[in-house]
Amino acid sequence: MSSPEQWTHPEPGVGPAATAAAPTAEQVIAGLRATSEGGPELVQLLTPEGERVPDSRWDPYVADITAEDLRGLYRDMVLTRRIDREANALQRQGQLGIWVPLLGQEAAQIGAGRALKPQDMAFPSYREHGVAWCKGVHPTELLGIFRGTDHGTWDPIAKRFHLYTIVIGNQVLNAAGYAMGQRFEGKVGDDDGEATMVFFGDGATSQGDVHEGFVWASVYDAPLVFFCQNNQWAISEPTERQSRQPLYQRARGYGFPGVRVDGNDVLASLAVSRWALDECRHGNGPVLIEAYTYRMDAHTTTDDPSRYRLADELEAWKLKDPIERVRVNLVRHEHADKEFFDSVQADADQLAAELREFCVNMPDPPRDRMFSQVYEEGSDALAAQRDAYLTYAASFEGGEH
Amino acid sequence: MATPVMNQAGDEAASATRTVTLGKSLNLGLRAAMEADPKVIVMGEDVGKLGGVFRITDGLQKDFGEQRVLDTPLAESGIIGTAVGLAIRGFRPVCEIQFDGFIFPAFDQIVSQVAKLHFRSQGRIRLPMVIRVPFGGGIGAVEHHSESPESYFAHTAGLKVVSCSNAVDAYWMIQQAIRCDDPVLFFEPKRRYYEKGELDVGATPDPLFSSRVLRTGTAATLVTYGPSVKTCLESAAAAAEEGTELEVIDLRALSPMDLTPVYESVRKTGHLVVVSEAPEEASLASEIAARVQQECFYSLEAPVLRVTGFDTPYPPSKLEEHFLPDLDRVLDAVDRSLGW
Repeated sequence: MSSPEQWTHPEPGVGPAATAAAPTAEQVIAGLRATSEGGPELVQLLTPEGERVPDSRWDPYVADITAEDLRGLYRDMVLTRRIDREANALQRQGQLGIWVPLLGQEAAQIGAGRALKPQDMAFPSYREHGVAWCKGVHPTELLGIFRGTDHGTWDPIAKRFHLYTIVIGNQVLNAAGYAMGQRFEGKVGDDDGEATMVFFGDGATSQGDVHEGFVWASVYDAPLVFFCQNNQWAISEPTERQSRQPLYQRARGYGFPGVRVDGNDVLASLAVSRWALDECRHGNGPVLIEAYTYRMDAHTTTDDPSRYRLADELEAWKLKDPIERVRVNLVRHEHADKEFFDSVQADADQLAAELREFCVNMPDPPRDRMFSQVYEEGSDALAAQRDAYLTYAASFEGGEH
Repeated sequence: MATPVMNQAGDEAASATRTVTLGKSLNLGLRAAMEADPKVIVMGEDVGKLGGVFRITDGLQKDFGEQRVLDTPLAESGIIGTAVGLAIRGFRPVCEIQFDGFIFPAFDQIVSQVAKLHFRSQGRIRLPMVIRVPFGGGIGAVEHHSESPESYFAHTAGLKVVSCSNAVDAYWMIQQAIRCDDPVLFFEPKRRYYEKGELDVGATPDPLFSSRVLRTGTAATLVTYGPSVKTCLESAAAAAEEGTELEVIDLRALSPMDLTPVYESVRKTGHLVVVSEAPEEASLASEIAARVQQECFYSLEAPVLRVTGFDTPYPPSKLEEHFLPDLDRVLDAVDRSLGW
């Protein structure tokens, strides 16, 4: 029988290659363990116990982070989680049709989001509420997508935060093209250069568009950071169903570096993201980051994780909570007191109240909205269809129908 | 609608009429568009050094450089998906899909992103991109090189779809499509690439989204587009020899369609035959039939008839002459309509 390593980590040149597509029961258990450990190459600067681990390669990228900055990152994560929980509750109360929770992925997203400079562009999937927060997209602007009133109301060009993309992986190619454009315009090559970061999950790594994105970004030297949040689950399918080898190792096959970072460690996520964006803005892109994290909640509010994963696994990951380790670190070093934590909680509660107030008062869109902006230059045929429908609809007004 | 690109130099040679093939005309149109706007870039498989497998982009990379004429990796979803990002960035990408049957790997990007981003963003994102597709059969090719997939795209809201049928239109329509701020699927009749026309680059073209009456007649109306236009003109010439005058309308714009000239024609002739290479079921021909019966019900003296490819996969090329609408099938349909 092959060892667990033969299945989970078929390192070229180290031991035999994987011998079967399907793991044995022992391998599954070992794989789960490997999953929650992250492997020896995991970049971690802050342990789950809140201990700062020195790292000569990555420390320079967060050397400027003061206690105040760390408090800021903590606040970002707490607020993001509060938004997420409030929106989840709003769905349960019938105010949203669906919600896509990010619970557990706060550090990955805030680290990446805070590494982005104003000139950098981001392409999200649909779970990047934390990145949206960092890009200045107010949480209320996310609600319409999930309430069914619109498909996203923020200005993606002005915010440099593309609209949520729901088709898995599509945005990776769109981001590759955008980054190619940055290069064609001569916007890479120095400290003020531009870069693009694209967000996707472990499930998306099986999509052709993601592989094509890897190819395109590499052959055109595009300043693109592929930020893969491996949250271990693509709805019900574990990462082992997407890949035989750790995802960050795929980068090697495409000819660019790949790094696995502890996605529950906001400092490490920030450091690795800053490095990757710097590489790109100086013309050394692309780069793949695999942020190793865990989806603490369901895929969406329609999902029931109890059908496919063990509660034990969730309990194990709770010990690696991204927010708790920063709180412990701040307390241990006396960089934050009760007053600080209370004020952050109060801010979070106030933001949640704003979100709720906004949500329940959102008007339904006017019925003619569906006919608007289908085309930039319009269409006479569509205008005729709209007019006919509005006339028909108006015929009911004041009647008994 | 932006003003069509006119000849810039104003020199006499430029405004003189010259004989060009449809393929060369597209090449000239692309060149004019690239000269007029530095944001126009051409991308696709083999479009650079080779000049495209049909040579439509011949010489463009040499003159405009590798950053404006991109030989891309061999992945159609990649071509369209990255073009979306480039368009968001402010470029005006002109993508070539090498053959009709190879557009399907890009179908997801076209339908999910290209068609919907303007609507999704409530107009904040514009995608002024063109997707050029050599389409249709008649060249004796292997499978996947002779298809007519236009109705998939006409069916998709958010896309505009056009097809040129002759060398003169090719020159203007490609430039108009590039200047259009909506994404345009541009279907090129590949078996007509070598048909010649008299091009006057100083002329004023018709608007892009307009159909055109190519031949007037009173007995019956033929509506068609792309490669079948020539077939219909030949059919009309043959019918005229027997004393039957057919009106021929080149649709040009497939989505949105400009059917006003069709309605006017049908009100005059009372008979309509729609001709297209695409399979019949759920086709543009069917759409035209539906709209005409709705608008011209009391003018019709016979049901609208369709002469199309059959509802089969495109056959091996030794059989394509039976699949493609030809003069005899068109005139047979005209006879059936007139004899109704």
